[in-house]
Amino acid sequence: MMSPELTRARGLATLPVMMGKARNLRWARALPLAALGVTMLTGCISVTAPDKPIVIELNVNIRQEVIYRLAADAESTIDENEDIF
Amino acid sequence: MNRVSKLIAAAGLAGLLVSAPAFAERDPAYEAARAAGQVGEKMDGYLGVVSGGGSALQAIVSDVNIKRRALYSQRALAAIPPVTLEEYALTAGCIAIARTQPGEKYQAPDGSWQTRTSAPPLRDSRCPAREARIAQ
Repeated sequence: MMSPELTRARGLATLPVMMGKARNLRWARALPLAALGVTMLTGCISVTAPDKPIVIELNVNIRQEVIYRLAADAESTIDENEDIF
Repeated sequence: MNRVSKLIAAAGLAGLLVSAPAFAERDPAYEAARAAGQVGEKMDGYLGVVSGGGSALQAIVSDVNIKRRALYSQRALAAIPPVTLEEYALTAGCIAIARTQPGEKYQAPDGSWQTRTSAPPLRDSRCPAREARIAQ
């Protein structure tokens, strides 16, 4: 059948969505998003972080750097307060 | 006469007050406890009771440690950038152990009390490599 529209190659100027069918389409659009959300959620839950050893190791590294930086100051502090060292 | 003696007393008192902080000598009781090995230098920068542990000895150790702690916290805040009290205390502990005299006690990294010999002391691996200066 011939279309009554003038421009055939182009899309219709008035889409079905605009004519009150928006509800169905919104559902269709929301579904993949919801699915993605669910997969992301399950992915997050399955990850368990081994936190303890990492924290301790970092502390050790920071400390040594700090100790080297403080050494000269601590030496003079001890020199100036010989009565309690 | 009365006025003169008062003046002398006042001058003596003033001299005592002025000279007391500059007098950087250990308390004789503390010095004796160190030499006898009753107290030792701990890794954490404080003094510890090694053996015996009467209340008098405990009082000496507490007194020294309170003063040390005040000093550490003051210096830790003055550092740029500031460091924690524990970090400063640990650094001071490294140095205090390095400066112990032969015969004095110190705490080794495994927590045991050791008697200092002429050899370098057993210290935490994080301690600066610099050796102790020759004691005056």
